[in-house]
Amino acid sequence: MSKNTVSDRFRKVDVDEYDENKFVDEEDGGENQLGPDEAEVDSLIRSGNLMGALQAVLKNPPINTKNQNVKEQAEDLMLKVLSSFKTSDIEKAVQSLDKTGVDLLMKYIYRGFERPSDNSSAILLQWHEKALSAGGVGSIVRVLTARKTV
Amino acid sequence: MSYHSFLLEPISCHAWNKDRTQIALCPNNHEVHIYKKDGNNWSKIHVLKEHNGQVTGIDWAPESNRIVTCGTDRNAYVWTLKGDVWKPTLVILRINRAARCVKWSPKENKFAVGSGSRLISVCYFEQDNDWWVCKHIKKPIRSTILCLDWHPNNVLLAAGSCDFKCRIFSAYIKEVEEKPAPTAWGSKMPFGEVMFESTGTSGWVHGVCFSDSGNRVAWASHDSTVAVAEGGKTAVCASLTSETLPLLCVTFITENSLVAAGHDCYPVLFVYDSNKAAMSFGGKLDVPKQSAQKGMTARERFQNLDKKATTDSKEAVLESVHKNSISQISILNGGKAQCAKFCTTGMDGGMAIWDVKTLESAMKDLKIV
Repeated sequence: MSKNTVSDRFRKVDVDEYDENKFVDEEDGGENQLGPDEAEVDSLIRSGNLMGALQAVLKNPPINTKNQNVKEQAEDLMLKVLSSFKTSDIEKAVQSLDKTGVDLLMKYIYRGFERPSDNSSAILLQWHEKALSAGGVGSIVRVLTARKTV
Repeated sequence: MSYHSFLLEPISCHAWNKDRTQIALCPNNHEVHIYKKDGNNWSKIHVLKEHNGQVTGIDWAPESNRIVTCGTDRNAYVWTLKGDVWKPTLVILRINRAARCVKWSPKENKFAVGSGSRLISVCYFEQDNDWWVCKHIKKPIRSTILCLDWHPNNVLLAAGSCDFKCRIFSAYIKEVEEKPAPTAWGSKMPFGEVMFESTGTSGWVHGVCFSDSGNRVAWASHDSTVAVAEGGKTAVCASLTSETLPLLCVTFITENSLVAAGHDCYPVLFVYDSNKAAMSFGGKLDVPKQSAQKGMTARERFQNLDKKATTDSKEAVLESVHKNSISQISILNGGKAQCAKFCTTGMDGGMAIWDVKTLESAMKDLKIV
């Protein structure tokens, strides 16, 4: 009995991996999802076409891919676009999105909350307020229940 | 529309008898209470004590007057009325987790129990042994079954599960019935065959319901969506994302209209358009209370600003009839084809009966097709 109590390596074993009833998500082929096109979005921001930039950054969301880098890049790009909007324009921008767009925007907003930087939370909160009035509580529920998110 | 508060505890589940004079409900404990309506009051006439765990599902067979209950003690009991007393018969379900929901089949010769053991037990009575026997549907279910509904042909069973899918199984038991005729969902129906599996929505499926003809199935899932699938060569699915909290229970009131209710404490109407294969939001079905708008003094305004950071005079009280989530909805009159009255029970321990005609006239723009 006293032989094995010295090592505590067993504490690092993930017992859930060995559970035969463990729920495994279905695999959707997501290896070719590259996220929004950085060059396109950058050029739209520089030219002042912020609405277009928003539409562009919402295209091709890296939902199915397991590559964390792609997801981080997409999130950083999104944050750049969101910060470049003037406060008074946010509402119009949100109105221009359709339901799936609002849901996707909400997903990015919550992703942004996870890693706050200097001013990001304040901007994200403003966007959150407008997206909430457009999508309702349901859009937040969909962020929470989504198995595959950005 | 009437509301009666039975208890302070949530009503876990309820079932009505055939002529809707008696209701059996579980007051969030191990018992089942049967209340009888006399005049405007409800009096408790029976208490059914047999379960060792919370009763999670009750269904009352209208024709044969039998009640089936299932609970977290992994058992189900079939109760028959002998004289003035309800006598239980144990049904061995062979499950090793709690039972979650139970439904009699339309012909009342079988019932299905959904459980946390990731399987559905379909039970039928074996005359020779004078005993209820069960068969299991296991594949391809990967998580708890939360809700069940039978197709009118007594063979197909819709099941909503925590593995984010709504499926239609065949529960054909050759010992008690003949081969069923082909339906919109398929023609070969051996026991346990999956006739339809949903894709697209994520979130646990809390409520599932067949339409009156059985050609459509609707389900409500935890990602605040409602979806309807129509059977055919290839099943056509239409889903609607809602802006409210998730819905817990759904039922058809006509072939094209659904009523659903959930964590937002009021029922809502959805309309399905089969030509466009799309669903639309029909309206909120709660009777609005006309609250008097009292003026605010300047002092109250500052107090509100200090306490709540807003000068809004809205009180933090729910204006809906139910004061907590609605967990179950059942049709009282008219069946699923032309429902005239339906009943909701919830976690506030209350039961509300809604009259479709009064709702239609009370809310303008409400169209129940």
